[in-house]
Parts: sequence; structure tokens; C-alpha cells
Amino acid sequence: MAEDNGKLERFEARINAGEKIEPKDWMPERYRQQLIRMMSQHAHSEVVGMLPEGNWITRAPSLRRKMVLLAKVQDEAGHGHYLYSATETLGVTREEMLEKLLSGKAKYSNIFNYPTLTWADIGVIGWLVDGAAIVNQTMLAKTSYGPYSRAMIRICKEENFHKKQGYEIVATMARGTPAQRKMVQDALNRWWWPTLMMFGPHDKDSPNSGDLLRWKVKLKTNDELRQRFVDITVPQAHAVGLTIPDPELRYNEETGHWEFGEIDWDEFWRVIRGNGPCNKERLAARRKAHQEGAWVRAAAEAYARKHGREPGKAA
Amino acid sequence: MSAQNIAPELQQPLFEYLLRLGDDRLILGHRLSEWCGHGPILEEDIALANLALDCIGQASVLLKEAGTVEGQGRSEDDLAYFRDAIDFRNLLLVELPKGDFGFTIVRQFLFSTFSYFFLEKLQQSAHKPLAGIAAKTFKENLYHLRHSRKWLVVLGDGTEESHQRVQNALDELWGYTEEMFYMDQVDEALMNAGIAVDLQPLKEQWLSMVREALQEATLELPDPDVYQHQGGRTGFHTEHLGHLLAEMQILPRSYPDARW
Repeated sequence: MAEDNGKLERFEARINAGEKIEPKDWMPERYRQQLIRMMSQHAHSEVVGMLPEGNWITRAPSLRRKMVLLAKVQDEAGHGHYLYSATETLGVTREEMLEKLLSGKAKYSNIFNYPTLTWADIGVIGWLVDGAAIVNQTMLAKTSYGPYSRAMIRICKEENFHKKQGYEIVATMARGTPAQRKMVQDALNRWWWPTLMMFGPHDKDSPNSGDLLRWKVKLKTNDELRQRFVDITVPQAHAVGLTIPDPELRYNEETGHWEFGEIDWDEFWRVIRGNGPCNKERLAARRKAHQEGAWVRAAAEAYARKHGREPGKAA
Repeated sequence: MSAQNIAPELQQPLFEYLLRLGDDRLILGHRLSEWCGHGPILEEDIALANLALDCIGQASVLLKEAGTVEGQGRSEDDLAYFRDAIDFRNLLLVELPKGDFGFTIVRQFLFSTFSYFFLEKLQQSAHKPLAGIAAKTFKENLYHLRHSRKWLVVLGDGTEESHQRVQNALDELWGYTEEMFYMDQVDEALMNAGIAVDLQPLKEQWLSMVREALQEATLELPDPDVYQHQGGRTGFHTEHLGHLLAEMQILPRSYPDARW
């Protein structure tokens, strides 16, 4: 116990000195578990997040838009892959993480439990959801765990491109036909509040925040990040003539911040507990892909057992 | 030869030829893109999206060139989104539903093997823009061929179930392979001008490469006398294409005045 206390002291001293913790370093079990929870949730979010946007790949309205969307969803698969690998450095396997996702034990970002109803949703997701992810991930790029920090730095670069293409779709539609303007305002109305919920509960209701902040896994609180997102996004909506669906939204000259209305926390908890519009569909789609791919994975294992390698590679 | 100085009698055949090549890749790319988010492993979501992106990118430049040759001011998007099934010129092979992963892999392998020999020759086309597109497409196709061949061997020589699944896919798809070598007056007119590739000599090369891969995959070459379906090159398609297009074209067709 005394030894562990010594280790804990040295661990916290390193963190306070701004050092990164690496996979082989000693870390408190709670630090490891919190990181596994956060990082695997993040990986799952990338993979489940492919579904709502993937829903529009075959219906993209031009070949260029189709290619950009395909590339974006492919990036998300890449992020998921990269994050699973980074999480594996904490001593958990991708199979274990997947099992938790498919059994419904692991969470992923609530936002992906909402449906994409029109093409405008593709623009608004890029603009708002990737925009919110950037605010969160810019902070996480400075997180104390080395592999997570490096993953975030790499992923943030691509997310910026995603946000840009999303906002470009939104801007194009906002100056388009009346039908397009209706679609894009409707999409903003549906996605605005769920996007604000992405930052999680108020600081006072966030049970994990204390240790996460102390160990510099997180460097800012949920409410701080949410405010930053609102401050960035409101002027962008106004620039293209869209209305944020919040009658209480007002600019505070003194603080320099946009003040906004209260989030419907009943909705937040309802969706987290599995009763959002698409929770069942999303999990069903992941399970179906997993089950239908079982014979393929079994074949790859059987081939490798027989030949000790992949075809075309030296033994 | 640029678009401006094509002999008038070659303009229509060349337009038609470019549609055939562009439509093959547009429709195949669409089928591949249906896998995005639904692959058997995350790595395959990434790989199949890569293939889809290549195919749609190739389709985009081919259809753009088709619009240039036609000279009626139609863009690649006009051609992709505002033609009906009877005006599409793709092979029946590429429009069949994506099936299981084995079906997708076998189709890709058969088409990419054909494309390997075809694009090799097409790089010498007297129509310079087409030769340029062929050179870039040839490089991309090398990866498609390598990837699909790898999986063909893994699945063929994997488990009993995987072997049976790819053998079934192969048997079913074999009846759509002869059409890859279909030639008519479009090809003949363009061959005389050094623009199009003579497909007949490619058949033996194709078959020999396929045979070699099937052997490594422990798969049987399908019955050579199986009935061969044709019609895509002249607009006589399967029923699947109409549904694919209904989905693909819905936005531009519903809002023809909108820009996206």
C-alpha cells in the first residue's frame, strides 16, 4: 500500500509536470479503466457514426458529393480502427470491446441515435456534430495518456476537413431553392439540441469528471466545452441566414459569450437509456454486419492456420 | 486527337464507348459503396470504400469526357442522374445486387482481371484523353485486382462454408462474364481509328489468369456451356438497375432546379 502510494505520488507529479503517460508506465487502475471506457466509447462512436451518414451515400446528389461523403465515412472507419488500436495499449482486445458494443453494455455517442432524414442532415452533421467533436478532441489532443493524445492530433486534422465540407453543403443549400432552405433549417432544428447534449451532463451531474480532470485526461469541463462550441457556431449559423432553434439565445456583451436555454435533460437520459429514435436500428445494423461477417472471419482464420500467412505474403 | 477534331462519324460511337466504360464503373462503385458501414471487418469497410471511391472517380472522368465528346453541354452529373435504365450501357455483371461478401469479391475479381488486360491496351488509345484515363485507372485497378484475388483465395481455401459460398457465387456470376467481351459496330468503328481495344484476344489471357487464381483458391472453373446473359451494352438490363437508379437519382430528379 505504501509502495502504491509512492507510485501514485510519482504518477501525479509527472502529470502535473505535463508529462505524457505511456502504455508501459505504472498507472492507477481507475485511470486505466476510465481511459478504456472513454477511448472505446470514442472508437464505437466512430464506427456507429458511419451508419447515419452512410445512409445517404447511395443518394448523394452529385458525383462529387458522393465521393466526399464516401471518403468521410471511410475516414470514420479509419478513426475507429486507429482508436481501437490505441485502446488495446491499455490491455483490452478489440474483440472484447466489440463484444461490449454488440451486447449493448458499451455506450457510443448519443448523437448517432438520431435519424438522417434529408440530404441537409449530411451537411448539418458535418458542421455541428464534427464541429462539436473538434471542440472536444482539440482538448483531448492534450490529454495525459500518450497514445490517446497522438490519436486525437491525427484525427483532428481530418475532422476539420469534415466540418468544412459539412458547412459548405449547409451554405449551398441555405442560398438554394425554397425547398432546400426548408430542408436545411429543419435539419438544424432537429440536430441543434442533440449536438449540445454531446458534451455530456452539467459539470455538477458528471460523476466521472473529478478524477478525469485531476489526472488531466480531460482539461476542460463539459459546460466549458459546450459554451465554446456555442460561441463558435452561432455566428456561423447567422452568416448563412439560419435560425438557431432557441428562443433564449442572446449575446452577452459583458462576458462575450452566447447564452442559451436549458437542454431537455429528460430527452438526454431517455436516449442514453436506449429509447432514442434509432438506438435499436443502430445496434441491429452493427450486429447484422458482425453476424453476416462471421463466416468471412472464420475463413480468414482457417486460411491463416493452414498456410501460416495471408496469400501473396512470404511464409 | 482532342474532342474538337474527332471525325464526325466517330463522335457517336466514341460517346457510346465512353458511356459503356463510365457506366460500368459508376454502377459497380454504387454496389461497392453499399458495403460502407456493413462490412465483415472494419478493415473491409475501409478497403471496399476505397474501391468504390476509385470506381466512382473513374466514372466521373469518363462521363465528363463523354459529355465533351457529345458536345451537347451535358456534364458528368447530367449523364449520371438524368438518364433512364434503357440509356445506361453498363454490363449486367456490375448491376446485380451486392450479395454476400463472397459474391462481391468474386464479381470484383472477374471484372478487375478483365480490366487489367483491357486497360493495359486502352492506354495506347488514339483518343488521348481516354489513353490518359486508362493509365490512371490501370494503376488503381492493380489494387482492386490484388485485393479481390487475395480474398478469393482466402475464402476459397478457408472453411467448408466459405468455399461453398464463393463457388456458388462464381457459378452464378459466370453467366455474366461473356458480356465483358461483347463487341458491336461501336467497337469496330473505333478500332479502325485506333481508339478502342479489340476484346477478342483478351479472352484467353483473362481465362488463364482466372484459372490460375481459381486453382490456388481450390475452386472449380464453372461449366463453360452455362447460358451467357447479355444486353447491358444496348440498354436491355436486369430489373435491378431501375431500383438502383431510383435510389441514386432521387434528389436531382426530385429537385431539377436545385444545386447541391
